[in-house]
Amino acid sequence: MDIIKPELGLVFWSLVTFIILLIVLRKFAWKPILGAVEEREEGIKTALASAESARREMENLKADNERILQEARNERESMLKEAREMKNKMIADAKEEAQAQADKMITQAQEAIVTEKKVAMAELKSHVAGLSLDIAEKVVRNELSNKDKQLELVESMLGEAKLN
Amino acid sequence: MTLSTLKRTLFTVLFLTVFSFSFAKQSEDTGDSEKFDSKAMILHHVKDAYGFHIATLHKGQENETHINIPLPIILYTDQGFTTFLSSEFEYDYNGNVVVEKDGQKFANVHEKIYVLNEGETAVAYDADHHPTNASRPIVDLSVTKNVFMMWVSVIVLLLIFMTAAKHYKKSGENVPKGIASFIEPLVLFVRDDIAIPMIGEHKYKRFMPYLLTVFFFIWINNIFGLIPILNGANLTGNIAFTCAMALCTFVITTLSGNKNYWKHIFWMPGVPVPMKIFLMPIEIVGMFVKPISLMIRLFANITAGHIIVLALMSLIFIFKSYAVAPISVGFSLFIIIIEILVTAIQAYIFTILSALYFGMATEEAH
Repeated sequence: MDIIKPELGLVFWSLVTFIILLIVLRKFAWKPILGAVEEREEGIKTALASAESARREMENLKADNERILQEARNERESMLKEAREMKNKMIADAKEEAQAQADKMITQAQEAIVTEKKVAMAELKSHVAGLSLDIAEKVVRNELSNKDKQLELVESMLGEAKLN
Repeated sequence: MTLSTLKRTLFTVLFLTVFSFSFAKQSEDTGDSEKFDSKAMILHHVKDAYGFHIATLHKGQENETHINIPLPIILYTDQGFTTFLSSEFEYDYNGNVVVEKDGQKFANVHEKIYVLNEGETAVAYDADHHPTNASRPIVDLSVTKNVFMMWVSVIVLLLIFMTAAKHYKKSGENVPKGIASFIEPLVLFVRDDIAIPMIGEHKYKRFMPYLLTVFFFIWINNIFGLIPILNGANLTGNIAFTCAMALCTFVITTLSGNKNYWKHIFWMPGVPVPMKIFLMPIEIVGMFVKPISLMIRLFANITAGHIIVLALMSLIFIFKSYAVAPISVGFSLFIIIIEILVTAIQAYIFTILSALYFGMATEEAH
């Protein structure tokens, strides 16, 4: 059975042919084909990666926006609160001041009234004293001329004084 | 193929068998006297040959003509190189025609060239039909039918793959067009389903050119071996060719073997010392058995397919009836369709096992 005995000539030619084929195909076929395929795969990979990063960036941006919006909202809230507090404080302050002013004015007025009253009393007293002197004078005068008349005068004067 | 088609095909074949055997019986006594030797015919077709013989017209008649491509015969004998064309043997391979060149006489005995001893004029045989007065040349570098077909396949491969590579260069955006779109899935198959799983992500690149070349070279020659008009140049079913391919795998495996690989062969880690000593010869034998199994597997599978097809065809000549032809052709067709699958499967197996051996040779300790 010589079909299972390798023929040296064919082994030689197979090796020579195969090695030449390997070298030629490696240079002119496998390198460009595999290179192109790898380049394409690399391109797809980078495209996917950049899409992913863009998506992530977008998400970040969205989160940022959300955060900024939240912050603005919080700030507005706090500002409103502050303003409200300030308003209340101002009203309270004003009220207090007005109260103080009013109290002060009332006190002053009371003091003035007291003073005026004192002045008026003094004046009244002096008036009454003058009046009393006048009456006394007149009475004295009448008494000197006519007894009856003097009496009458005293009586009328007393009536008048009662009205006062 | 669906089940119903399969059933129908089986019925047809069975019917034809019964039908034609009845015919065969009738025509039995009308056959001619020449005995048909199917074994010789099959071996002749499976083996290599010096010329590329396509057909013989008007056989046995006066105007017998041969359609034949003569191929160069290159011999190295003790008197140096001798070269002549195979047509000088006049299509004889029974050692009847003796060619005289450079003072030496040559004869083609069953597609082996013998140099006749000094003074002899015709080949004499012993009882086993081995020449007794002639010897083989020291080196026979003849461009045989297989070498010729191998070169044809190389041209076809170069045409296909260089055209494909050019397509990539032309289209700037690396889109496979034309023939490249047929080639690329196959190349990616070798890369993604053979090289990367067997060798690993980091080291496969070094072996890609070899794996791709061996895959396509074996595949295309398997296919060429099936084309009948090429007279079944049975290159991949020739043990010399598979030997050369397995030798390449062996050399690459051995040269790329790292420390871990050699350690596994000579001093198996992780087992007791007596076991290490016991395993060493087994591993050393295994080193050689792996490529030898590659060589025999491809050779045996392809040769077996050819032998089956030829055996089915020789049924026609054994029964000496045209009526057997439908069965023979039917079964041959069936086998050939299987063989078309086998062409790819064997190329795949050879490549994946080569890749597996490379992967073992470059595997790091774990």
